[in-house]
Amino acid sequence: MVLNCRHVWDYISGYLDDTLDSETRASVEEHLAHCEICSAVLDSTRNILILTADDRVFELPIGFSERLHARLTEAMLETPPPEPEPSG
Amino acid sequence: MIAKIMAGDRESFHELIRPYERSVYLMALSLLRNEAEAEDAAQEAFIKAYRNLGRFRAESRFSTWLIAIVLNEARGRLRNKRPALTDSIDDTTEGSVTPAQLTDWREIPSESLERQEIRSLIRTALDALPLPYREVFVLREIEERNVKETAETLGITIASVKMRLHRARMMLQKQLAPQLISAEPKRRRRFPWF
Repeated sequence: MVLNCRHVWDYISGYLDDTLDSETRASVEEHLAHCEICSAVLDSTRNILILTADDRVFELPIGFSERLHARLTEAMLETPPPEPEPSG
Repeated sequence: MIAKIMAGDRESFHELIRPYERSVYLMALSLLRNEAEAEDAAQEAFIKAYRNLGRFRAESRFSTWLIAIVLNEARGRLRNKRPALTDSIDDTTEGSVTPAQLTDWREIPSESLERQEIRSLIRTALDALPLPYREVFVLREIEERNVKETAETLGITIASVKMRLHRARMMLQKQLAPQLISAEPKRRRRFPWF
């Protein structure tokens, strides 16, 4: 199976997640071996996914935990302990 | 621990939720795109989790249950503000996202995230994703849920999760790849006289 660049872009996620069947994967790899643009699309996508998942991108606001537990304590005092839902 | 809480040990609830504070806040933030509102929504979600702990069923993961609560909370707030924003999208229509086509891509190391500018570029690109794509992306890539859990949490099919995730990734690549390349200074050659 010979793939053009657009086909390969459609398979980028499947390639990264390793969910392509072996024939499609082999065809994508064959294309990537000689296509500089698609190789750059794959590498940049993989790189961007690593960066976006990094804990440094989103940080908890300072004092978040303290404020949360203070509010929870207040709410718990106003609310009786949770009760099991009757089954059936 | 849940049994202890149900028996009246309120303090144990504080310990139970500590590992999930970040996940719940990030889910709220990714939908609401406002730190103060996300914090309020996260607090509200934990209070609802406490009040409804009796409805939690052990067959699902506690973290998945919490994420579903905060998702509902954040979606409710979005609906109250701008109803059109939560409109669903059609996952069946064709329409590939064309990625940024670069030939000079060079790896952006994770250390670059020490720079506020890089973190800001990534946050802005995530915020720009349409809501249905953002929800899937955050659950799969940031909260590290599998495809099945993501589908169940969002009430969509596995095929839709895959389609939305792929489009979200391509949209991020399209926006971020050129920006990151421009923002990341070229590394100095080891032998500048060559």
